[in-house]
Amino acid sequence: MSPLWIVRRIGFYVLIAVVLAFFAVPMLWLASAPFDSKPGLGLRWPDWTWRNVVATFDHPYALTSLVNSLVLCAIATVVTTVLAALAAYALSRVRIPGRDLLLYLLLLLSSVVTGTAAMVPIFVMMLQLGLIDSQFGTALVIAGGMLPAAIFILKDFVDAVPRSYEESARVFGASPPQVLAHVVLPVARPGVATIFVWAFVNAWGNFLLPFLLLRDVGRQPAAVLLRTLYDEGGSANLTVIPVFSLLYSIPVVVLYVFVSKRYGFRFHGGIKS
Amino acid sequence: MDSSGLGVRRAAGFVAPALLLIGVFLVFPALWTLYIGITNYQLTGPAAANPQVVGLDNLAEAVRDPLFTNSLWLTALFVLFSAVIGQNVLGFVLAWLLRSVSPWLRRTTEGLVLLCWILPSTVVAFLWFAVLSRDTGTLGLLLGQPETSWLVQYPMTSLVIFNVWRGTAFSMLLYTSALAAVPPSQLETARLAGASGWQTVRDVVFPHIRGHVLTNTLLISLWTANDFTPFLLTSGGPNHQSEVLPVLIYRQALEGGRLGYASAMSMLLLVGNLVIALVYLRLLRRRA
Repeated sequence: MSPLWIVRRIGFYVLIAVVLAFFAVPMLWLASAPFDSKPGLGLRWPDWTWRNVVATFDHPYALTSLVNSLVLCAIATVVTTVLAALAAYALSRVRIPGRDLLLYLLLLLSSVVTGTAAMVPIFVMMLQLGLIDSQFGTALVIAGGMLPAAIFILKDFVDAVPRSYEESARVFGASPPQVLAHVVLPVARPGVATIFVWAFVNAWGNFLLPFLLLRDVGRQPAAVLLRTLYDEGGSANLTVIPVFSLLYSIPVVVLYVFVSKRYGFRFHGGIKS
Repeated sequence: MDSSGLGVRRAAGFVAPALLLIGVFLVFPALWTLYIGITNYQLTGPAAANPQVVGLDNLAEAVRDPLFTNSLWLTALFVLFSAVIGQNVLGFVLAWLLRSVSPWLRRTTEGLVLLCWILPSTVVAFLWFAVLSRDTGTLGLLLGQPETSWLVQYPMTSLVIFNVWRGTAFSMLLYTSALAAVPPSQLETARLAGASGWQTVRDVVFPHIRGHVLTNTLLISLWTANDFTPFLLTSGGPNHQSEVLPVLIYRQALEGGRLGYASAMSMLLLVGNLVIALVYLRLLRRRA
């Protein structure tokens, strides 16, 4: 153990501590401010109270917007997962010329177009279809943006399901939809769960599309309401914002804990190139 | 070959609903951007009812528009410093350092970094607004400069640091799985030969993970170039100093009502994205 070694060890842990602090400090506010009797923007040890929680539940739109988020997110997630499963299965099992190129192009397009680059036509299209303020319409737009990536990831999982399982099921007279529902999907369950969680987290946090397409405050999801809360009239409403941010974040954190316990938060194959 | 007994027709039926949604909400808007971009379409007023085709005038105007060139420059800076350098380097450093710490510390760090990535963007934007705000903001208190309003005085620097904080998790995850594929025997050989950490990374690790570096850089560059979160932090201000392209497009389209002009800028953003993707594909092919 030379002095140099000790210095390097210390430097190593100091570096890790600095990185930890960089990532942790902004989030600590989310733990302290909701329960502080005088919540400010700075970090401080809270003077414990439940009053902010009560005030948030009394806010006319806070709970409504969380329910709206849930509705929007449920539609988008279910549509994405079901359609991606059907498409991934068919694309995995039936050879279509140019399939891989098509998938790759769609993936590229989805990572480029979603939201920002196409916001004008999406807005105009929904305006002309009369789907502004429609939660269902907004959910479909979100789902359309997530589908290419979902199909791409799910196809990897379905490719790994042994064909012999399907052949035996067919010998016993199962129809293709039955094979998919009772044989392939149960085996590819980690993939389906991955897509489900990924789609949920994405749709839950999506701000731009609901911000563009849902103008009625009674239909807006939490993402948009939170923006309104800290943007209106110059000064932020610090009684409601902290608790509301916390409530809005909880589903994502719960899902994250569930996934990392159950599957581990790791990349699977197929990311290499 | 067709063990599932799907048949081409039924397979097409399985794919059709997904393709329909993708077509209507992704491909069609992308193509329509191109058309709206050559008209003088407005949100309100006479040009709202009867937009005229103005050809490439919008593009010509954009190239001469100081707001657009300013925004293009800011977007390039934003992508270069926060994604290509910031997230890439910090993500790799984290993946590299966390190999040799106790599992407990490793899980805690990874968990924290991931949390920054998955929390809703409006929440993290407010968290950073609080950290960077004047008088009582945490950063001002930590540095003993409570008078500094960071988002107003250093808007672009703030956005870059915010985006590094927000997006490093992806690079960390990707490099962690990439490093697992480097043969331990080669690392051991490098260690016995007395190579320093930097030499090991450059000569042993990097050749193995080059494809990962390219993929990672492409994805995070595209995401950063199209990210709308800067709008939540600074709305492009003060005085256009942090107006990256997505924010400029939004403000021109929905606040200024100039849909045609905004679409022309979207078109340029799309072309920019395409160029990044093509450069990447070329580099990847050269490797193979």
